[in-house]
Amino acid sequence: MTQSSGSIRFILNDREIALTTVQPTATLLDFLRLEKRMTGTKEGCAEGDCGACTVLVGRLSAGELVYESVNACIRFTGSLNATHVVTVEHLAAKDGTLHPVQQAMVDYHGSQCGFCTPGFVMSLYGLWLSKDNPGRADIEKALQGNLCRCTGYEPIVRAAEAVAKARPDAVFDPIVKARNEIITKLTAIRSPQTIRMTSDDATLIVPGTAADLAEVLADHPQATIVAGSTDVGLWVTKQMRSLNPVIFINGLEDLQFIREMEDGIVIGAGVSYSAAFLAISARYPAFGRMLDRLGGEQVRNMGTIGGNVANGSPIGDTPPPLIALGASVNLRSKTGQRTVPLEAYFIEYGRQDRKPGEFVESIFVPHLPEDDHFAVYKISKRRDEDISALCGAFRLALNNDNTVASARIAFGGMAGTPKRASNVEKTLIGNLWSEETVRIAQAAFEADYQPLTDWRATAAYRMLTAKNLLLRFFLETSGEPSELVRFAAGEK
Amino acid sequence: MDNSTFEERKTIAGSMHSNLRHDSAHKHVSGTADYIDDIPEPAGTLHGALGMTDRAHAEIVSMDLSEVEAYPGVVCILTARDMPHSNDISPSHLDDEPVLAEGLVQFHGQPTFAVIAETRDIARRAARKAKIIYRDLRHHTDILDALENGAELVTKPLTLSRGDAEAELEISPRRLTGRMRIGGQEHFYLESHIAMAIPGEDDEITVWSSTQHPSEVQHMVGHVLGVPSNAVTVQVRRMGGGFGGKETQGNQFAALAAVAAKKLKRAVKFRPDRDEDMTATGKRHDFLVDYDVGFDEDGRIHAVKANYAARCGYSSDLSGPVTDRALFHADSSYFYPHVKLTSQPLKTHTVSNTAYRGFGGPQGMVGGERIIEEIAYALGKDPLEIRKLNFYGEKGSGRDLTPYHQQVEDNIIQRIVSELEESADYQARRNAVIDFNRTSRIIRKGIALTPVKFGISFTMTAFNQAGALVHVYQDGSIHLNHGGTEMGQGLYTKVAQVLADSFQVDISNVKITATTTGKVPNTSATAASSGSDLNGMAAYDAARQIKERLVDFAAERWQTERENITFVPNHVKIGDELVPFPAFIKQAYFARVQLSAAGFYKTPKIHWDRNTGRGTPFYYFAYGASVSEVSIDTLTGEYMVDRVDVLHDVGKSLNPAIDIGQVEGAFVQGMGWLTTEELWWDAKGRLRTHAPSTYKIPLASDRPKIFNVKLAEWAENAEMTIGRSKAVGEPPFMLPISVLEALSMAVASVADYRECPRLDTPATPERILMAVERLRTGRA
Repeated sequence: MTQSSGSIRFILNDREIALTTVQPTATLLDFLRLEKRMTGTKEGCAEGDCGACTVLVGRLSAGELVYESVNACIRFTGSLNATHVVTVEHLAAKDGTLHPVQQAMVDYHGSQCGFCTPGFVMSLYGLWLSKDNPGRADIEKALQGNLCRCTGYEPIVRAAEAVAKARPDAVFDPIVKARNEIITKLTAIRSPQTIRMTSDDATLIVPGTAADLAEVLADHPQATIVAGSTDVGLWVTKQMRSLNPVIFINGLEDLQFIREMEDGIVIGAGVSYSAAFLAISARYPAFGRMLDRLGGEQVRNMGTIGGNVANGSPIGDTPPPLIALGASVNLRSKTGQRTVPLEAYFIEYGRQDRKPGEFVESIFVPHLPEDDHFAVYKISKRRDEDISALCGAFRLALNNDNTVASARIAFGGMAGTPKRASNVEKTLIGNLWSEETVRIAQAAFEADYQPLTDWRATAAYRMLTAKNLLLRFFLETSGEPSELVRFAAGEK
Repeated sequence: MDNSTFEERKTIAGSMHSNLRHDSAHKHVSGTADYIDDIPEPAGTLHGALGMTDRAHAEIVSMDLSEVEAYPGVVCILTARDMPHSNDISPSHLDDEPVLAEGLVQFHGQPTFAVIAETRDIARRAARKAKIIYRDLRHHTDILDALENGAELVTKPLTLSRGDAEAELEISPRRLTGRMRIGGQEHFYLESHIAMAIPGEDDEITVWSSTQHPSEVQHMVGHVLGVPSNAVTVQVRRMGGGFGGKETQGNQFAALAAVAAKKLKRAVKFRPDRDEDMTATGKRHDFLVDYDVGFDEDGRIHAVKANYAARCGYSSDLSGPVTDRALFHADSSYFYPHVKLTSQPLKTHTVSNTAYRGFGGPQGMVGGERIIEEIAYALGKDPLEIRKLNFYGEKGSGRDLTPYHQQVEDNIIQRIVSELEESADYQARRNAVIDFNRTSRIIRKGIALTPVKFGISFTMTAFNQAGALVHVYQDGSIHLNHGGTEMGQGLYTKVAQVLADSFQVDISNVKITATTTGKVPNTSATAASSGSDLNGMAAYDAARQIKERLVDFAAERWQTERENITFVPNHVKIGDELVPFPAFIKQAYFARVQLSAAGFYKTPKIHWDRNTGRGTPFYYFAYGASVSEVSIDTLTGEYMVDRVDVLHDVGKSLNPAIDIGQVEGAFVQGMGWLTTEELWWDAKGRLRTHAPSTYKIPLASDRPKIFNVKLAEWAENAEMTIGRSKAVGEPPFMLPISVLEALSMAVASVADYRECPRLDTPATPERILMAVERLRTGRA
């Protein structure tokens, strides 16, 4: 039985698709492979970590047509309204002539078993579309979400460098060629009307405005709100959970804003990590550098800071810097709005201060005073695209006599929630900012945290490293090199 | 007559030793290379999912599958009792590996039943509805626990012995003992296991299986169904990676798909989810190495005694030959005057470990290199100096005998190492590293040069055989089939090059076809790096037979001597006459020449007696060396690989482009094994690193920042291999031992290099930091 108002409409390569029955948990990858029998896009892990299923999704953003790589395995079909989905099948010309990105992968022996290759091609294609003359750091960043087990990546990076250097005329490119046509089509599809669809008793809702979202949530307070689906996707693919109803907010323009205020910035809950990157790295460079290592490119294109906060995970990477910066959460419901300091939003493991019917509308991040020291350190087994063993953020203001005026230190991975190191802060405040003070303050970590042992790290390592990161912060503020850097600033 | 073309074309496209791209590259990049899940499914195809236990070791008291059965869309359930003939798929024939657990579960995640349903999604959801009551038994997942609990061995251990190690250790000027833990490794082929079975008439069945060993899948499917091998056809065009993980581990999926397909008379596909694949299929063996070495003040080894205990999991699988190969490589590249090596293949309540690139060899070699490192730190010397002192000597030098009594006849390690030492500027860079460490408080560097010597051949002598089937059609096009499987290593390309070269036709005339048991029977696994050595020779033999018939035909038709007939680029030259290859073939057809041949090859010279621990198990050795330079952060244990230089021996390369790809890829994969890839079991015996979110293989940004890989261009196999080439799949996997040792040196710097840091692997940031702390505390 299907009840629907509206349909999920998008463009798949060069075809328009209109779906009137979509299960809320149906994925784009299954749609491509099972329904369309388009098997170029592969399933490697079904959790957004390997990139074999990478496709590009184009969307209108402030009138511009923007293409981003995403993981089709955890992208829900219901979230695709008014987008252009581009798969590997779309790249080569009709006569079989390969796209330059594909040809470079052939010429430089970038494939061995070939299973990850369509995903790499799509990630490199996304880079090719979005960046002129990328350097090695850009290439590695664009490939953080793609695993290859055969090549050791060297030939893939060589292929990417070759394409970057010899950037051919783009007139043959299927996206470049059809850009205006696609903009026209997507504009036509886009509708502020709420889409509602029930199939097999499961309902998906795509609200057209924030007010609609508040309305829908009032009716369905237990609904699952899905923005980037980088976590909820796994509830479906791995835990086989049935979610009903599901509200997709990734296309909700009302939540896609970054507002510059006098005293800070407000980031709409629907803003992806990628979209927030420029604003954040300009104001809080250390936070920006950490964002470069959060997930892979696909996850950063999908996931949102709002979701990272709302979700309440103790190992989310944005809460520690946000707490250190003194951020607050703006919650909204049909009946009104309220603001909560972020550190108070996390009540305990698995429990946040979000009432039924409320949703996270935005995050307010205060400006960092010019003289404040601010650092973010993400520690993980693998440098990139790994969940943190611990993540620490430090913010410090010094008096003229070099004593500590104020300190805000927050850690993820050290407790059941992202949490401030209030004892450490207390030990620092009022004392001379010196290595000796740091040594004394290190002991206070034991009063703040009792970390756990798991597969990411032992409790002992977490505690020792947290202490050492305070020393790293001190050394950084005093100019002693204390952090490994793969590419120096400006290094190509 | 077509002299003009001949004048223009002196060589064919795709000859042996040329840089040819992978035959499927254009399909890989466009998404048109079909893997098994991409093949159109027959109408009515059903899908299977595994029901997996959540106990590490328990008796099954009762299984209530009524809710599974009642789940809408479920077609049937399979349990152990539904296996028509046998529930066993032990590749070692020890009858210790059930398809589905019966009465007893022995690892967390072991399949206890299978669900067949209309869709994969339904099957997966239904599989979670089982109600199984267990009586828990004591379990041990770790090697130390296994040793403490007196765990049994899954298979017979091996001892390699020469001279009198015990006595020599007693009288050695210096002696030290130590212990090292070496972690396992998940294969993480990007394409998970998959099998699709299509029932045929009578007892027949066809199975598409992502397997490195179609013949074994054929035997196992036949065994479980109770039908002869001639009823079972197993096919595979390509795998999305194998690395040893698809040598035996595909059997269970193929067997279950086949049983369901025959029972239901519908096609059945099994494609486990990534997490299920990582949980229910075996991995590289973890080892605990206890070593005891006697040496002198110069660093020359007098005697080595070592025990290699392995986490084998609950069944034998390939643990026997894996632990054997660990011992075969415990000498690394070094001559041990007196030696005693023992293996201890321990049973643990974990998934049964299996083949993985190097097959125990890497673990053996890591142990051997640790001994060298220990001696160097004990004597305060550069480990490279100790290495050079202990390398095998020239043939006949008296320092050329391995612990298994094989004479090393083709030793080139000295030349490889000295060339690399110079080209990588090792000595100057080592001095620079030591200088850097003097002044840098937090960031420390390390550098190391380590060698590789890897024995080539299956240690089971019978496996060293291969077949190929070659047809030349009337139009001159050639159909190639052989027993090897393609998993990305470029085997199909290389064997096609052999054939193109033999017939002297452009490689575009050679059609590479899917491996199938119906064309070439009784094949060995594509494993042990043997693929091109064995199948290349078999294809060469098939071509030889056809060419001989063609020469006979031409000699008679043109009335000339056989030696006047030669195969030249795209032509056959008969006396002064040049006949285009297709036209020549057409004539041969009309003259009723048989244009098809089955080629065969078996490796000469080798033999091995496991009971005495003596023989010549290896046809030859492949060599290589690498220099790695790393930086570590002594506050967090984080590290980066700054530069790697590799010089590797592949003999006279059949395809340098493909071989360099193998070396680079193996290096990064081996580096992952030794650094970030960690398998972690919780107290309940559950593997918690069962997906890429928790199990971290290297990324592009982890590969060495500077990565110089060279093949030793002067190298040529001393043995009569195909084109004098050497195997390349596994040997370079051990090159990144230099990364581990460079990390170790960086750690050692915090205690002035006076103590060997004894890093266990994987050397995660945590292990690095904890070693730094240990050394610092030791100094304080």
